[in-house]
Amino acid sequence: MIPLGHYLVVSAILFAIGTAGVFLRRNLITILLSIEIMLNAVNLSFVAFGRSHGTVDGQIITFFVMTVAAAEAAVGLGIVIALFRHRESLNPDAFTSLKW
Amino acid sequence: MDQATLRFIIQLAIIGFTFFMLINASALLVLAERKIMGFMQQRYGPYLVGPHGLLQPLADILKLLFKEELRPKGADKWLFTLAPIISVTAAFAAFAAVPWGGETTFFGLLDTPVKLGVADVNVAVLVVFAITSMGVYGIVLAGWSSNSKYSLLGGLRSSAQMISYELAYATALASVVMLAGSLSLRSVVDAQAGYWFGFIPRWYLFLQPLGFIIYMIAGVAETNRAPFDFPEAEQELVAGYNTEYSSVRFALFPQAEYINMTTMSAVATDLYLGGWHGPLLERWGLGWLWFLIKVGLILFAYIWVRWTVPRYRYDQLMQFGWKWLFPAAVLNLIATAAFILYFNA
Amino acid sequence: MPDTVLFYVFSAVAVGASLLVIGQRNPMYSIMLLIASFGALSALYIQLDAPFVAMAQIIVYAGAIMVLFLFVVMLLNAPQEDAAQWDRTHPLRRSGVGRFGAMLAALLTVQLVWALLRVSDASAVGARGDVAELTSVRSVGRVLFTDYVFAFEATSILILVAMVGAVVLAAREEKR
Repeated sequence: MIPLGHYLVVSAILFAIGTAGVFLRRNLITILLSIEIMLNAVNLSFVAFGRSHGTVDGQIITFFVMTVAAAEAAVGLGIVIALFRHRESLNPDAFTSLKW
Repeated sequence: MDQATLRFIIQLAIIGFTFFMLINASALLVLAERKIMGFMQQRYGPYLVGPHGLLQPLADILKLLFKEELRPKGADKWLFTLAPIISVTAAFAAFAAVPWGGETTFFGLLDTPVKLGVADVNVAVLVVFAITSMGVYGIVLAGWSSNSKYSLLGGLRSSAQMISYELAYATALASVVMLAGSLSLRSVVDAQAGYWFGFIPRWYLFLQPLGFIIYMIAGVAETNRAPFDFPEAEQELVAGYNTEYSSVRFALFPQAEYINMTTMSAVATDLYLGGWHGPLLERWGLGWLWFLIKVGLILFAYIWVRWTVPRYRYDQLMQFGWKWLFPAAVLNLIATAAFILYFNA
Repeated sequence: MPDTVLFYVFSAVAVGASLLVIGQRNPMYSIMLLIASFGALSALYIQLDAPFVAMAQIIVYAGAIMVLFLFVVMLLNAPQEDAAQWDRTHPLRRSGVGRFGAMLAALLTVQLVWALLRVSDASAVGARGDVAELTSVRSVGRVLFTDYVFAFEATSILILVAMVGAVVLAAREEKR
């Protein structure tokens, strides 16, 4: 049988990969994908903990995380489309006109 | 040979048999479509190859295999080949969760009965739905990676249509699941065993007529069959998303379409027509013959509809899916819930 | 024993696919690799006796959200050479900064893994709880609609708001 720590380690690695993607990539779509990786890592952690306590609460919170991720992806992509129409670029550095 | 290895071998044989029957189904459907189309149009279909044209699918497949494999220069190398693989893999994999027979001990060969079906999953309805919705990727990737405007338009339209009709499909599924109280297809079929008044079978078709119609319409739209096959309409889009494909990669697309049709018919049989339950044959463990007959009837209905009604225009198709079919499915769901509450069944 | 092997295989696929996701230049490839990663995670959920969550993951994440991403990438069709050039001129890629950051990240990973493996319960995940009840959708539904019903209703409003917002944001401006 697999100890709980193993699942948490996988979740932590996935979360770190997602964070690295958000910081290192300069493409709005890839940044949004990295955020999805982070949310999935959190889901895995919830389900693992829920299983280790023997309840279904972990699974239920996962549904809410998935729903929020879907809503956030939809709105985020809407914003990306609107931004692309203005600057013809998917680079976050192209939208720095309010920077000092 | 002890029981464990015998059981293992028999289960492997069942999986192999299911796969073999699916491939045969796609080949026979090619022939059946052309013959039935021919008879409806007052002519014989293919009848030169083999007796009454029975070997025509063989000729078709050999022809396709010997054609030249083309790939357009600007096509994405990986995705162009990956798209038909995704399509056909999703089509076959979806049938893995569909049970096609009851339990049998193979005339006493086994101690405990084995279930006829590749896998018995307790969320089988969701598994079929999930894997069928993965088939969208095959089409949208085929359209995009071909680097051609007909393909892109066809692929986009096709995938938008498929995801729109998934809503009505899922809602119709939810109504049946509410009636049966379980997501396992085997439990749904077993809830339809028996008869009312001794002769009317307890099919959900009689309890959910609107649901059945919604499911069939959504199934036809999901598999991109007429009258919802505008994305592959020859008159408008050359051949839609598979314009640039040839030979084996092309052959996988219609095969995926026929297997999807078979899976939809099989799931419809399990959900609404009582699966493998029927008079007489079950006593000798031949319930799967009833399953085969019912699936065959639904497939015939698929082909019949294709060559009878004209094609929907794309915007009419989307409007129908969102404005008529999905609200009807939601109403069906609410009515089913009210019915269950009232009768406390 | 086969459970452990499967766990390692699926974890390796999930982690490897995610690494490739953030390393690809072409967003289409990133999306397909992320779908592979989601599939592996779904298998991990099945191992954790959560079949409903596993199927919901495929239906919602791999089947709907990724299709949305795919449509947007196809619609926008940004050229690939620009993307590579943006990554090369990233301020965090100057050589000293990059190496320092990588060292810190490795240090953090080692520390995290050590802490997690020491502190968390060494007993197997499947020790407590009735498997038949956990895998049944009925119990999930019961808890969802009694203990978490407020969150459920609030989420439905959230989806409605997100739907309206996405349509408004992405709508083409009317040319008068």
